[in-house]
Amino acid sequence: MSTKKNTKAQTILDFEKPIADLEAKIIEMRTMQEELGLNLEIDKLERKVESLRNQIYSDLTRWQRVQVARHPERPYTLDYINNVFEDFIELHGDRQGYDDKAIVGGFAKLNGQTVMVVGHQKGRDTKSNLERNFGMPNPEGYRKALRFFQLAEKFNKPVICLLDTPGAFPGLEAEERGQAEAIARNLLVLARLKVPVVITIIGEGASGGALGIGVGDRFLMLENSWFSVIAPESCSSILWRSWDFKEQAAEALKLTAPDLLENGIIDVIVPEPSGGAHADPAKMFDIVKQTLAEEVETLQKLDVDDLLAKRLDKLTNMGVWEEVEESAR
Amino acid sequence: MAWFLRPKENRAKGNKTRELPDGLWVKCDSCGEVIYKKQLEETLYTCPACDHHFRVSPTEYVEMLFDAGTFEETNQNVRSADPLEFEDTKPYVDRLEAAYKKQPSDALTTGKGQVEGHAISFACMNFKFIGGSMGAVVGEKFARAADVSLEENIPFVCVTASGGARMMESALSLMQMAKTSAKLAQLAEKGIPYVVILTDPTTGGVTASFAMLGDIHIAEPGALIGFAGPRVIEQTIRRKLPQGFQRSEFLMDHGFVDMIVHRKDLKAKLAHVLSMFAS
Repeated sequence: MSTKKNTKAQTILDFEKPIADLEAKIIEMRTMQEELGLNLEIDKLERKVESLRNQIYSDLTRWQRVQVARHPERPYTLDYINNVFEDFIELHGDRQGYDDKAIVGGFAKLNGQTVMVVGHQKGRDTKSNLERNFGMPNPEGYRKALRFFQLAEKFNKPVICLLDTPGAFPGLEAEERGQAEAIARNLLVLARLKVPVVITIIGEGASGGALGIGVGDRFLMLENSWFSVIAPESCSSILWRSWDFKEQAAEALKLTAPDLLENGIIDVIVPEPSGGAHADPAKMFDIVKQTLAEEVETLQKLDVDDLLAKRLDKLTNMGVWEEVEESAR
Repeated sequence: MAWFLRPKENRAKGNKTRELPDGLWVKCDSCGEVIYKKQLEETLYTCPACDHHFRVSPTEYVEMLFDAGTFEETNQNVRSADPLEFEDTKPYVDRLEAAYKKQPSDALTTGKGQVEGHAISFACMNFKFIGGSMGAVVGEKFARAADVSLEENIPFVCVTASGGARMMESALSLMQMAKTSAKLAQLAEKGIPYVVILTDPTTGGVTASFAMLGDIHIAEPGALIGFAGPRVIEQTIRRKLPQGFQRSEFLMDHGFVDMIVHRKDLKAKLAHVLSMFAS
């Protein structure tokens, strides 16, 4: 992916159409200006595009945000790894017979300091999507991640997880080889890993497949990412018994970053450039870099007992319930 | 031939298991045998003809496993809230109200008691409460039951039966996977035994957290145990699943279950396991 500013996105989402139309008009006018030597008010139109984009993006519905999170040109884990970190050394395999390419990870430097980065990896075309299994890990992917977490712990390096998955792969072999056990094991180990763990949802965060590399000290979400127990389409098919209620399901699931901040699940919303991460990847990388560096630095000031006690508190306080009087029962 | 000695192929394989209906006579979901309900109680809700294990509630498991009069239920006052004001075809609050009328302890019953003299902290899921789904209450009650084990240094035993995380609590229910697993990590650090009894069905977020983190995994025969549901898998891979896929026997063959125990032997086996940790 190019990281140059103002690279025009190739995929236009429905609600982005008015922006794209105006942008096309500007290009047309530029040509006319050059060819005919006219002095057209392009500046004014450009400002109009900018304000239109701001307006549309500040008022997205939950379902529209899901679409932005799935934008085919949105930066993926390796894009962040290559542009936010330096000197990445990719590591492979679960050391038990397999290398799941839906999970990537390895040591890298963040502002000169060694960290372990682990994330889900999607593909950009048919070929790479087959290789990456659309970012849906098999059990071996979670066991590969587990190996990386324990490697980080052994050498006392902070862990940074980048989440972007439509879910763990629901396959026959995945079940046979213990998809559930692999995810569960990671939850248990991450809950007590003796190094700082920063979780960032960069795109889609669906269900146990996301959580399998998503338990830590700090939960960050990019402004247009989503995180939920189930994808809106699947929720629609189960609760409404039809695939047609995805918009309603997205609303009901309250799956956006502002929703999750309000419900006390995440700590930080990482702002995206106007028009989403795909509109200005370079700016997105800068913001992510700065945010991650600050988070890691803060966590590293804690001694390990403090760190683990705080993490345990955070995890065990998750949820909202009521306590009724005995007589009310 | 004695009913418990029938060959394996005659045993429960059906996946149409439903909750026990009312009435004097019950038809077995698996083999179609019509059984007098009194007799079913005597066989601990397993089919005398084919050994099919009917789905039962925490009430039955408590009766089945604990020494008479030793079990005390806890945390009955912890109730589900509706922080997201969730509504699909019906508001979540209405679903909750209807469910609480029949099953006052939500999808998880917790308590303490003795199994052949061994004191344990106990948690048991209830599939009849919104499909045994894990919401914040299940996570909180599980955590409190684990705390009892931590404080009193006694084993923790959990019977699982769940369709997965409770959708109506969205990410809040998803985080219960992390919460319960974190509690189990604490138990592990203190060397406190955690025994899981897997029953039909155990799927989704419950399998991918506390159901698969036991020191010992006991399963009832023929129970469906998996992460993704069979229907979802069939849709994804576009082929029929093999006979017995995701059943207890399949999981044991693949190394995820230590033993498959008939309900009539469950108490004795659990006590046997607990005795190994006792001295």
